[in-house]
Amino acid sequence: MEEFEIPKPPRSNYLNAEHGLKSWLLTRDHKRIGLLYLAAISFFFLIGSLYAMAIRIELLTPQGDFMQSSTYNKTFTQHGIVMVFFFLIPSIPATLGNFLIPLMIGAKDLAFPRINLLSWYIYMLGGVITIYALLAGGVDTGWTFYVPYSTTFSNSYVIATGVGIFINGFSSILTGLNFIVTIHTMRAPGMTWYRLPLFVWSHYATSLIMILGTPVVAITILLVALERLAHIGIFDPAAGGDPVLFQHLFWFYSHPAVYIMVLPAMGVVSELIANFSRKNIFGYKFVAFSSLAIAVLGFLVWGHHLFVASQSVYAGLIFSFLSFAVAIPSAIKVFNWTATLYKASISYDTPMLYGLGFIGLFTIGGMTGMFLASLGTDVHLSDTYFIVAHFHYIMVGGTLLAYLGGLHYWWPKISGRMYPEGWGRFAALVIFVGFHLTFSPQFVLGYMGMPRRYHTYPVDLVSWQVLHVLSTAGASILGFGLMIPLIYLIWSMRYGRIAEANPWHLPGLEWQTASPPPTENFLITPVVTHEAYEFAPPEHKEVVGKFERQQPAET
Amino acid sequence: MQSWFPFVPESASTLSGEVEALYFYIWGVTAFFVLLISIVLVYFVIRYRRRNAFEIPRPIEGSTKLETLWSVIPLLIAMTIFFWGAKVYFAQYRPAKNAIEVYVVGKQWMWKFQHATGQREINELHVPVGRKVKLIMTTEDVIHDLFVPAFRSKIDVVPGKYTTEWFEATKPGRYHFFCAEYCGMNHSGMGGYVVVMEPAEYENWLSGNAGQASPAAAGRGLYESLGCASCHGANAEGGRGPALLGLYGSKVVLNNNQTVTGDESYLRESILNPQAKIATGFGPIMPSFQGQLSEEQLLQVVAYLKSLSTAKPEVPTGKPAVAATQPNPTPKK
Repeated sequence: MEEFEIPKPPRSNYLNAEHGLKSWLLTRDHKRIGLLYLAAISFFFLIGSLYAMAIRIELLTPQGDFMQSSTYNKTFTQHGIVMVFFFLIPSIPATLGNFLIPLMIGAKDLAFPRINLLSWYIYMLGGVITIYALLAGGVDTGWTFYVPYSTTFSNSYVIATGVGIFINGFSSILTGLNFIVTIHTMRAPGMTWYRLPLFVWSHYATSLIMILGTPVVAITILLVALERLAHIGIFDPAAGGDPVLFQHLFWFYSHPAVYIMVLPAMGVVSELIANFSRKNIFGYKFVAFSSLAIAVLGFLVWGHHLFVASQSVYAGLIFSFLSFAVAIPSAIKVFNWTATLYKASISYDTPMLYGLGFIGLFTIGGMTGMFLASLGTDVHLSDTYFIVAHFHYIMVGGTLLAYLGGLHYWWPKISGRMYPEGWGRFAALVIFVGFHLTFSPQFVLGYMGMPRRYHTYPVDLVSWQVLHVLSTAGASILGFGLMIPLIYLIWSMRYGRIAEANPWHLPGLEWQTASPPPTENFLITPVVTHEAYEFAPPEHKEVVGKFERQQPAET
Repeated sequence: MQSWFPFVPESASTLSGEVEALYFYIWGVTAFFVLLISIVLVYFVIRYRRRNAFEIPRPIEGSTKLETLWSVIPLLIAMTIFFWGAKVYFAQYRPAKNAIEVYVVGKQWMWKFQHATGQREINELHVPVGRKVKLIMTTEDVIHDLFVPAFRSKIDVVPGKYTTEWFEATKPGRYHFFCAEYCGMNHSGMGGYVVVMEPAEYENWLSGNAGQASPAAAGRGLYESLGCASCHGANAEGGRGPALLGLYGSKVVLNNNQTVTGDESYLRESILNPQAKIATGFGPIMPSFQGQLSEEQLLQVVAYLKSLSTAKPEVPTGKPAVAATQPNPTPKK
């Protein structure tokens, strides 16, 4: 057993290379931009969570006694808009993806550093305009902006919010473009496509959706604004338009957008499962290509949001079939992650707890999607709390858990400090329990008939109130659980134990440079000679069972 | 609502049992896979926990055989759900034949019903047990959705078109219905009850609320007052415009040689946007009635035109109770 070196205080790294606000606001370093995104996204997550708490408090009783209907409608609308467009979509790609993709492929930065900074400013501009809209009076159309309510009937700040989302979309497109070019052109010598970490593969698939799908939602929002301002008639049957056309356009982006949210999460989980069990991922190519399969098939299933929207029954048949088909690549991933654990060496560190939790929650979230892909049950479950529960299992149980897992996993690399492990495990457990208690009662509520976006519900249905009380209790636990990492991660930036270059002893390239990395990432461009997740160098492959320490790059 | 299992709503239509069976079948599949994954996961996590800080397990590449197995088996199971779901969906959305027809107009934030015999209701719908009831629905403003959990039925009402929903109640009772598509401020208040009654009781209710003109009779009045008769004939026998007698349910040949079915949506479109589909042999001379008729009046004109169908030759008499008491050819219990 060799001796561990005592971590030296880092000399020059990306955090202390330059000082002052200007050095942050004008940075072109992908790592600093990742942190700018992290701060902004955390802020929006906080706002979205406050809306969520307000919703849960209102639903404790059947009557509308906490706020008025118009306020409630704005609350759930704004919860959705903030969480979807300003937290979930950018969450993992813009923070962890931005920070890690160059590090993982052995590059100095993304292909277009200035465009990367521009994307953050565009995101902030979109965010500021949206916040203006919320403060000026808010918006009450639901995050889905269905016409003709949004174009003709809503008396709220639809256009201002739309402009915010429209602008924000361009930051997605630029980020996706940057990732694709970077992954194609900036891989280090020896870093072949099949040696890429699966995190990079899933971001590649995500980027494809971002650049192909986002323009469609931009066009759709533009059409809503034109209809509202000038009444062009595209969605108005009296002028020869069709309100259902809006739903087709909207979901053509917004269903793939679900995969923008969950594919990066799957990438994070592949990293967590492989690295914390010290095994190469079982069926690497299947997991890699299932990401691409999801990205492609994801564009063909939008019509499953329209099963009860007067769409032809035959169209429904095709969209239902394709929706079942898109479930298969997700199933392949779950089976491969599970198989990776076979004869592995599994650690119980916090990131792994999130990774394992993700597999469980994503399985439930994915399987409950079957109820909605199936035509016969969707008619009953559509627009009820069943759907609310289903997509929160994917979005919160999936994306949020993976995001937290990834944040803990790479925290030593990002901050150069370790988070407190005991608190980390405790928080993961609290979040897991709180999450289940919040959203599992909502499956039952939905099947019992509780429609979504309801401010009040019938007093005679006592079981509904019981389920809502359980859900609110769960949300309180979840909220408490989420505060713990917020506090200790900030605390650890100053007081955490100093992290070594490779605290988890892993082979990935991002661990072969200092923690935190220098501005140029690698002092010498690395040459890759091993596969992804290869835990012993090839010449020692036969020496299984003996720990082979990875040498940190010389700093 | 009480039932054998506290986590399901009342089941009170001929299709609700089928939906419920499918629902529990999918829960069975879900439970199987969730348990399978969880048990294997927990077993591996405990069995292969890190015992030594320096151990490195032997790498395993993967197995094409296993990959095939766990792609094909879930796909086959998914297909069973797909086909079953499609079967139920077709039963739900294929328009019912020989049904009592009720015209429904949604508006912010109420549901307006009119029975074929003339009775009007708001936020309450009376139907008999054991008879098919077909709702022909539209909206005056935004999209709404009529959702009856106890019948497991739901469909959007969409501006500019008619959608239909049908059910056959199996148990008398009062069942909640809701608006399930977000429609603005009082969305959560836009609900009411379907009151399912024994047939005799229903007849009582109908006769107790008689005296209102049936939609078809009202539509006949509109047909005359709007001047439709000048082109389509005093008895809809045709003239400068095509004959409307027997039009409903027939195949209409258009001037571009396409053929369409003369259903409610076609009738509606031809009133509001006559140039869209012109019957062969006629010129584009009909003016649009867009904006001159409310949704309810439009439904009444459509109801009148339907009453001229050769399949259902009875002429509206203006005596509603008579039409209602005509027995349905295939009453099903």
